Amino acid sequence: MTNVTLSKLTKEFEGKPDPSVDHIDLEIESGKLTALLGPSGCGKTTTMRMIAGLLRPTSGDIKFDGKSIVSIAPERRGAVMVFQNYLLFPYMTIRENVSFGLKMRGVSKTETRQRVGEMLDLVQLPGLEDRMPKQLSGGQQQRVALARALIVQPKVLLLDEPLSNLDAHLRDEMRELIRRLQGELKITTIFVTHDQEEAAVLSDKIALILRGRLQHFGPPEEYFERPASVEIARFFGGVNFIPGAYDGSVIATSIGKFSAPRSSIASGAGVLTIRPEAVEIGGEGANSVPGRVVSHVYAGRYARFLIDVGGIRIEAVSDPKRVSQIADGDSISLRFDPNEIWVLAQPTEGDGVSLGASEGGNGSVASVSGDE
Amino acid sequence: MTMSAQLAAEDDADLVGRSGGRRAVRVSTLRWVVIIGLLAFLIAPIIPLILWSFSFRWTFPNLLPTEYSMRAWEAVASPTNDVLLATWNSTVIAVVVTALSILIGVPAGRALGLYKFPGKRLVELLIVAPIIVPTLAVALGMHTLFIRYGLSNSLIGVIVVHLIPALPYMILVMAGVFANYDSAFESQARSLGANGFKTQRFVTIPAIMPGLVVGSLFTFLISWSEYVLTLLVGGGQVITLPLLLFNFARSGDNAIAGALAVVFIVPGILVLVFTSKHLSSGQAAMGGTGAL
Ligand SMILES: Nc1ncnc2c1ncn2[C@@H]1O[C@H](COP(=O)(O)OP(=O)(O)OP(=O)(O)O)[C@@H](O)[C@H]1O
Ligand SMILES: [Mg+2]
Repeated sequence: MTNVTLSKLTKEFEGKPDPSVDHIDLEIESGKLTALLGPSGCGKTTTMRMIAGLLRPTSGDIKFDGKSIVSIAPERRGAVMVFQNYLLFPYMTIRENVSFGLKMRGVSKTETRQRVGEMLDLVQLPGLEDRMPKQLSGGQQQRVALARALIVQPKVLLLDEPLSNLDAHLRDEMRELIRRLQGELKITTIFVTHDQEEAAVLSDKIALILRGRLQHFGPPEEYFERPASVEIARFFGGVNFIPGAYDGSVIATSIGKFSAPRSSIASGAGVLTIRPEAVEIGGEGANSVPGRVVSHVYAGRYARFLIDVGGIRIEAVSDPKRVSQIADGDSISLRFDPNEIWVLAQPTEGDGVSLGASEGGNGSVASVSGDE
Repeated sequence: MTMSAQLAAEDDADLVGRSGGRRAVRVSTLRWVVIIGLLAFLIAPIIPLILWSFSFRWTFPNLLPTEYSMRAWEAVASPTNDVLLATWNSTVIAVVVTALSILIGVPAGRALGLYKFPGKRLVELLIVAPIIVPTLAVALGMHTLFIRYGLSNSLIGVIVVHLIPALPYMILVMAGVFANYDSAFESQARSLGANGFKTQRFVTIPAIMPGLVVGSLFTFLISWSEYVLTLLVGGGQVITLPLLLFNFARSGDNAIAGALAVVFIVPGILVLVFTSKHLSSGQAAMGGTGAL
């Protein structure tokens, strides 16, 4: 049981103007599963390598249970990192791979044999001890890599995109396995992902990192229901953003006034956001606006519509059956349930965040991929 | 990057191995043809040498010697002769040259293969230079230096001068190996609890072993067969097998020259046989030219 504290952790690489990791403060609770989430190049791996001791921070501190460990060699930190591409030693058998950490610690042959067997059972790969890594499938290799890390009973387990090389089916299985093992072994686990859904499914808390900076740290629901900024909302699949003036209960936008009791700001320049699933197609009465269907996508389990409302594009996801009732070009009414609306602060100039209604603004609906 | 290339290559090897049945048989037949061909090429030229070494009389029209004797071999084995000393010298020099080449060539090859640094092209050029520029020219230039530092006419001087042609090969081979090497394996080992030394011992060295063997083979044989530099720097005081061989060949004693030639060739063949596994594993051998 170890908690991990990052204080003002910073890494600058030579030749790069901006720090790759920029003053990250993070308090990771003992025994919890924490996700480091962010797009490619935001500094996730760099952060993990610093925690593992494989990279020296430019400045800042890392503490395990309150004790600074930045000057401790990686092999004596008790933090084991599992890399994205497994890195099973190719010329060693599975047994030799899994027992590597025990061998380094001088554990006896008989104990090693027994623990390797137990560990392979735990990751559901019994009897593969004498195979070579290249004789295993990607998913099996991934599990061996996990076993190799778990066998040394690390204080902190660092998983760098453990699931990104697996197909959808294996990924679900591995998620399950990681969740279960982590729950049983109660090892403080930090895992990296760029998939918000995966972060939500797996972790107790998510640390969102953009451009090397920590944006928010909290449980998954916060990101979906009460995002702290337009940028965070967008990263979590938000597409509808309508600027307006907020007075604390009503937001006045160019397409009308909407009552909005939930907000991250008291009042002032705000942005109305609503998830596509919450937009009621055909809903009338208060908080509704007229629009015209621009295009739609049928995705089997749902249908996604792009609707023009007074020059602003709104995306709505609905029951797939609606496709047969609504044609492109139809006029329809949309309703925003007040309890589904969330009002955010308007991004300031220079944040690099635009409020363009959606990426699909050219008249087609961006197709939805579950793992983006 | 190169890691994936390596994985792909391994997959290919796997395919050949696993596709079983006919394909595997054909591959192994081909392999044997190549090995036998190579051996024939290597051994055929030695046969006349062996015959010479046992001959007493072997005149022109005869296909084989007309009279045999053990004279040459007795002379070679005789302790009053320089042959034992020369063999000893040659061995010591070649082993030390190889060891030094490993000590210098592995880190140098790592730097060239793995890292980017300013002036890298220039360094690469300087390393290949001794292979392109005639060694004699370099050695003549260095000779005055050697004399000044008392290295001429000494074993140490010969060892140092042998490094000039030998070291570049080691560096080139290792640069190729490291160009296909993923240092993340070392990070992984550290993270799993290996200290720096154990990481080298259990991860780095096994990974570069094939290249190391090939590079050592090159450097050993380069040193073993060096004549001009040994003569120049050793000043005739440091007797090695090539020097002796040349003397007997020039004096016209074909029997002793033949026996010496056999002695001279044997280590090369032994080394080749013992390392053929690594040579044929391709990765290292091919990587040697891949980097530069
Ligand atoms: N050794 C290095 N030298 C220079 N720059 C580096 C180095 N390692 C990482 N960077 C830079 O630091 C930034 C963050 O890299 P990092 O690998 O941490 O990203 P990441 O969030 O893990 O991305 P991904 O999801 O693609 O793995 C990148 O811009 C990268 O180019
Ligand atoms: Mg990464």
